[in-house]
Amino acid sequence: MDSATISMRQMETVDSGRTISPTETPRAVLTCDDVSIYYGSFRAVNEVSMDIGLHEITALIGPSGCGKSTVLRSLNRMNDLIPGTKVTGTISYHGIDIYGKDVDPIEVRRRIGMVFQKPNPFPKSIYDNVAYGPRVTGMKVDSMDDLVEKALRGAALWGEVKDKLKQSAYGLSGGQQQRLCIARTIAVQPEIILMDEPCSALDPIATARIEDLMLELKEKYTIVIVTHNMQQAARVADRTAFFTAEAAEGNGDRTGHLVEFDLTTKIFSNPSDSRTEDYISGRFG
Amino acid sequence: MATTTAESASTAPLQAAAHGDRDSRSLVFLGLLWGSLAFGIFALGVLLVNTFIEGSGRLDLMLFVNYTSQLFPGKAGARAAILGSLMVIVVTALLAVPLGVAAASYLEEFASRENRFARFVELNVQNLAAVPAIIYGMLAAGLAVTVGLPRNTVLVGAIALALLILPVIIVSTREALRAVPREIRQGSLALGATPMQTLTRQTLPAAIPGIATGTILALSRAMGEAAPLLLLGGLVFVTYDPNGLLSGFTTMPIQIFDWAGRSQIAFRELAAAASMVLLVLVLAMNAVAIIIRNKFTTSR
Repeated sequence: MDSATISMRQMETVDSGRTISPTETPRAVLTCDDVSIYYGSFRAVNEVSMDIGLHEITALIGPSGCGKSTVLRSLNRMNDLIPGTKVTGTISYHGIDIYGKDVDPIEVRRRIGMVFQKPNPFPKSIYDNVAYGPRVTGMKVDSMDDLVEKALRGAALWGEVKDKLKQSAYGLSGGQQQRLCIARTIAVQPEIILMDEPCSALDPIATARIEDLMLELKEKYTIVIVTHNMQQAARVADRTAFFTAEAAEGNGDRTGHLVEFDLTTKIFSNPSDSRTEDYISGRFG
Repeated sequence: MATTTAESASTAPLQAAAHGDRDSRSLVFLGLLWGSLAFGIFALGVLLVNTFIEGSGRLDLMLFVNYTSQLFPGKAGARAAILGSLMVIVVTALLAVPLGVAAASYLEEFASRENRFARFVELNVQNLAAVPAIIYGMLAAGLAVTVGLPRNTVLVGAIALALLILPVIIVSTREALRAVPREIRQGSLALGATPMQTLTRQTLPAAIPGIATGTILALSRAMGEAAPLLLLGGLVFVTYDPNGLLSGFTTMPIQIFDWAGRSQIAFRELAAAASMVLLVLVLAMNAVAIIIRNKFTTSR
């Protein structure tokens, strides 16, 4: 599947005017099936199975070390960059195993973008930050200027930067830098955007703007977000996955696993697992 | 600074604590440090002044435009040596910089820690850095003989010097690459850039100040080297401009070495004057390195 067909389908979905409230079972775009992730011989995450729903925001929550970031990074093969990482089970994207032998991780990352914890703009101008992705991926664009504008509008940043596109991205505030990173990600027209604690380095006002942005973005994209902030998950996510880490028998290594995955409303009002309830009510973590 | 009693009362304990740092042992140590520094600067100053006094009489146009001469030291110059030094350094840079940057990029960005070949290369880079300069001269001479090139040519000299500074360039390039935040690489890869695109479009450009600084410092070291080139032989009496890769040549350190070893006073003056020129050249290169570093660090 090439990027053109993906964006076509996004258009259709937007035009067809989908319902906002999530269905009971997600229309899966990304499916994890018995996914275990190892760093060397250490099993960091054990047997996670979950479906990421199309045009939904899925939040991964849980205490530190529960493997939620590890799971997130495995979804677009960013884990490949850490030597010794091994993924078992299958993660399928539209039915294709992204860890399959003939799958190019570069292609996976073009379709499944990522926004990081710390805003990480490139040491270039604002314009070049946004244009970088389309340039390196060889996207055919009629007008780069239009594409940059569209991406910056999409990230609710255009109004603030339209007069200083040629200035260094390092001159922006933290919140603006993070929205620039989002603009940069949507410029390559991915289908899914992974966000690894995107607001943890931001103040509450910048955080609120990013959250508003996420709610807008889910019209066009599917979003998976890792957050330490349970209120954030409750505010933005359609579905929430609660992870925790428990010591494996025999040694002291703590292996993360998925405790509960359900609609956010259910997780926060009526969780089925007592550990979920303990965590969201602040009794641990 | 304290204008009110309240302020002086609050600062008083801090001052007392500061005095505790400066007890007699610390002062003695501080004195030793300053003494060492003063000795070093004094020795350097004497050397510089002495060289300048000795050489100032010959710091004239003839030094730059005339060739060396056995018979007329009063009119001899370092033209062949200055041109030779510049030419050899340019060829050295052309050989060493691409190779060094490529090797460092491979080791730092592509090779995994477990890769045996990478570990082998890394070990050898460290070994190369510890090899005495003269060995590189022997290596280059041996290489030239093996492939049938005349030894005393610009190309062979540049190979010797390039080998000499390769470890320095590799190490400084690796450090510069390592200083580029990991987030930059991740951001690039997460957009679907290939590792090679990430290297050429993000990591290397961000590392240019460090690479340039390390490279220029390495080249200025190569500029002052005589030992590896002396081994190539036939370089001390050159009365023509170098005109190609396979041309004979001499360099400033070798010319100075030759002049300084002669008995006539006039040659020793020449050696001193040429030393001043070499010193200025090397200092100028170091200054360029500092300017590049400052320019890039402030523009970020």
